[in-house]
Amino acid sequence: MLALFLRDIRLNIRAGGGALTGVIFFLAVIATIPFGVGPDLKLLARIGPAILWIGALLSCLLGLDRLFQADREDGSLDLLVLGNDRHMLALTVLVKCLAHWAGSVLPLVVAAPVLGLFMNMEPLGIGATALTLLVGTPAITFIGAAGAAVAVALPRGGLLISVLVLPLTIPVLIFGVSASYGATANPDPFLQPFLILAALTLFLGVLGPVSAALALRHGTD
Amino acid sequence: MRLIAENLCGERGGDAVFSGIGFALEEGQALIVTGPNGSGKSTLLRVIAALLPVPQGSVRIEGAMKIEDGGEAFPSVASACHYLGHQNAMKPALSVAENLRFWRDFNGDGQLGVEEALETVGLGGIGHLPFGYLSTGQRRRAAIAKLLVSHRPLWLLDEPTAGLDKASEARFAGLMAKHCTDGGMIVAATHLPLGIEGMELRMGETG
Repeated sequence: MLALFLRDIRLNIRAGGGALTGVIFFLAVIATIPFGVGPDLKLLARIGPAILWIGALLSCLLGLDRLFQADREDGSLDLLVLGNDRHMLALTVLVKCLAHWAGSVLPLVVAAPVLGLFMNMEPLGIGATALTLLVGTPAITFIGAAGAAVAVALPRGGLLISVLVLPLTIPVLIFGVSASYGATANPDPFLQPFLILAALTLFLGVLGPVSAALALRHGTD
Repeated sequence: MRLIAENLCGERGGDAVFSGIGFALEEGQALIVTGPNGSGKSTLLRVIAALLPVPQGSVRIEGAMKIEDGGEAFPSVASACHYLGHQNAMKPALSVAENLRFWRDFNGDGQLGVEEALETVGLGGIGHLPFGYLSTGQRRRAAIAKLLVSHRPLWLLDEPTAGLDKASEARFAGLMAKHCTDGGMIVAATHLPLGIEGMELRMGETG
């Protein structure tokens, strides 16, 4: 399993991997917002956490279509499915998700504080947003894995995956953003939405890989 | 150990491609599946590996050796087989050795070392090259090396010699013969003579 994790990380980092694409897209989204909204620093600071979350969410969806498709195209997916008796397929999917998260999504979380400066956010708000992203983005990857597994046989499945997955990620977005706001705006709570966000990640960490494994098993042809 | 298929039926997109296929393969035997294009050779291999659902009939492995706690070492056909399909299941961005090391670690039951396996298929000394730089024949040979790095009693080979030159074909025939002598089993779908002894199953005529 560690071998699979390391292989996927390596593939992500090497040429043709998606590690940088997401970060650059994230940067592009966040950098254009101040131009569109105008130089109202107060407004930017107020919408900052929400914009960071939406940007990160969209960047997460960007690389998802390759999660299983790359393995399917070169025949590796068949062998991963065949290994079901040694490594349960859901576990294999979970490891692939974690590798995808560490390779493509973690850079977004690292970049978020820098991009937070673009939005004139205060340090506490930036810290809280980065923390909620760290806890919440795995959930997006887990749901995305289920979507990617359903669309694995489609040649241009990227858009379909986004459309399938986006509605399911809305709860993650809502609690992520409300926790980020809770850290700065005084009457709002931080801990409650943050804990719900963590619970969502844990819940989807089971549900996502299991349903993705089911879809992969029945999707082979 | 025996591989037994009874009254096997295969479907592609809801249409039956073949039906009523049955065979019993003993240790050390090879089954060569031949037949025209579209007769269901690849489908048969995928049905045996349980990559496709079995609509009718059964395929099972019997008498696999026991492991210590009483369970069977190979509870299903899928766990006992190497599947070499049309694609090589190797990543072009990783080096040949990295690819092989991954499959060795993932599949377990290590047999030959990575370098040793590459020597055996005649690719010694190029393990550091990215897989994407290799020629078609070299890629196929690297994929064959994948069969050697971890042990499986049953090899399911789909057009294994596609893209190989004469010398490599002969070398691969030697490898298959050795696998059979060591008590392994082979089911190979092919158009070309593979150069090994084995039963022949002609598809597309019986059903």
